[in-house]
Amino acid sequence: MKNPCHLEIKNMCFSRGDRLLFDNLSFEFERGKITAILGPSGIGKTTLLKLIGGQLSVDSGEIIFNQTPLHNCSTAELYQARKKMGMLFQSGALFNDLSVFENVAFPLREHNHLDESLLKILVFMKLEAVGLRGARDLAPQQLSGGMARRVALARAIALDPELIMYDEPFSGQDPISMNVLLKLIEQLNKNLGLTSIIVTHDVDEVLSIADNVYVLAEKSIIAQGTVEEVLADTENELLQQFLHGRSEGPVPFHFKTEDFQSDLQKVSR
Amino acid sequence: MSAFVSAVGRVSLSFVRTTGKSCLMLFHTVAGAPHPKLFSLFIKQIFQLGILSLPIILTSGLFIGMVLSLQGYNVLVDYAAEESLGSMVALSLLRELGPVVTALLFAGRAGSALTAEIGLMQSTEQLASMEMMAVSPLKRVIAPRFLAGIITLPLLTLIFNVVAIWGGYLIGVSWMGVDGGAYWSVMQGSVEYMPDVMNGVIKSVVFGVMITWVALYNGYHVIPNAQGISQSTTQTVVVSSLLVLAMDFILTVFMFGM
Repeated sequence: MKNPCHLEIKNMCFSRGDRLLFDNLSFEFERGKITAILGPSGIGKTTLLKLIGGQLSVDSGEIIFNQTPLHNCSTAELYQARKKMGMLFQSGALFNDLSVFENVAFPLREHNHLDESLLKILVFMKLEAVGLRGARDLAPQQLSGGMARRVALARAIALDPELIMYDEPFSGQDPISMNVLLKLIEQLNKNLGLTSIIVTHDVDEVLSIADNVYVLAEKSIIAQGTVEEVLADTENELLQQFLHGRSEGPVPFHFKTEDFQSDLQKVSR
Repeated sequence: MSAFVSAVGRVSLSFVRTTGKSCLMLFHTVAGAPHPKLFSLFIKQIFQLGILSLPIILTSGLFIGMVLSLQGYNVLVDYAAEESLGSMVALSLLRELGPVVTALLFAGRAGSALTAEIGLMQSTEQLASMEMMAVSPLKRVIAPRFLAGIITLPLLTLIFNVVAIWGGYLIGVSWMGVDGGAYWSVMQGSVEYMPDVMNGVIKSVVFGVMITWVALYNGYHVIPNAQGISQSTTQTVVVSSLLVLAMDFILTVFMFGM
């Protein structure tokens, strides 16, 4: 059974410079579900998250979060909406000059006037949720890549958001860190009732925890639905090439250029 | 010819675009309600930009004062006017050398550090993550640095002037044998508060605004890679130094030339 829609994108178009990235795309993100957005590198997956977060503006179309339009709202309204969103950046984006504790405390200090002891309890709870309470006094430079992602995750959930966006959470992670992150994302989604959007090209990992999937390619959505529905679509060659990581298929291995032999002839002339 | 015209057009458009973007950034930084913790963030930046710049300001001030005094003495002694040394040293420093040299040193030390810091925050998505936490980076990061830059440079200039005048005294009086009383009394008689001291301070406030603005703009709009950060840092030092020299001429014309 479908959950009510938490975030909806309708007929969105977006270009960067002369390059059209999204051509009339529509998405529906169900409340409390994990939605994976898959697609090859450079297709604009991170840009999509920035559009949802209001860091970029759509050329046309609508973005509706909690029945509130975000595409044409004021800065104050956008900032109110952002308090209900969390985002895990690809790099972690931890503040280098703050300790792990202070990084997680940052959004709480900025938006609430909490007693120091209450603040400590809240930060400890968030760090405990990602298994890094013991690392609270470390500097971000002392953390491994996986630990930094987990601290960033603790910070992203500090304000108890309703929606959380993950930008390539598994890239550059060793198998242990990747499994830890997968379990964390799944647990947080279940325990906190979050709506999660995961942007990635790690197909197998994300499909193991996702409820719904969108696959992007060539400025449009080439497949969408539940994980089972998408996997069952064997007719779609582009989708199959991406899901199974084949080098040959509709997406060519070679970048567009002239014939190799004529290129060589030019050199020898 | 058409290539030349198109190049001029391209440069002009880029100049207009950069000026517009930087004005817009400054407007969003200073307009509206300030960040609630602005004061404590500002104090931290006073330390970063001011206190940490003190070693280079003190050392440069001392040596520039000593050199100025030595050269001045060599010229004045030919006319038996070496007792005017204090006046020459103080007026040169207060009106021109103090504000300009301090501004150039500030652009090299603090301006480049600001661009590199903000540029790194931008390229590691720290500013983007702040935005996603509903915290405005312009109010939280840029505003306190901008304010600190404006306040710090005049203070550093005053410190530079004091040390340089003392350096001039060391050479003129202790080494060359100019009368100490004459050094101070001639200086006291020729230096006036408004036209000399305050005009120097006004100059350094203007330089402070320009250097900090250029540094923050270059950091905020950095190309997010190693080469981009290095390019922006260099650009900060070059552009702000040239702006300081050009603006100094314009201000001097208005203050002393009419």
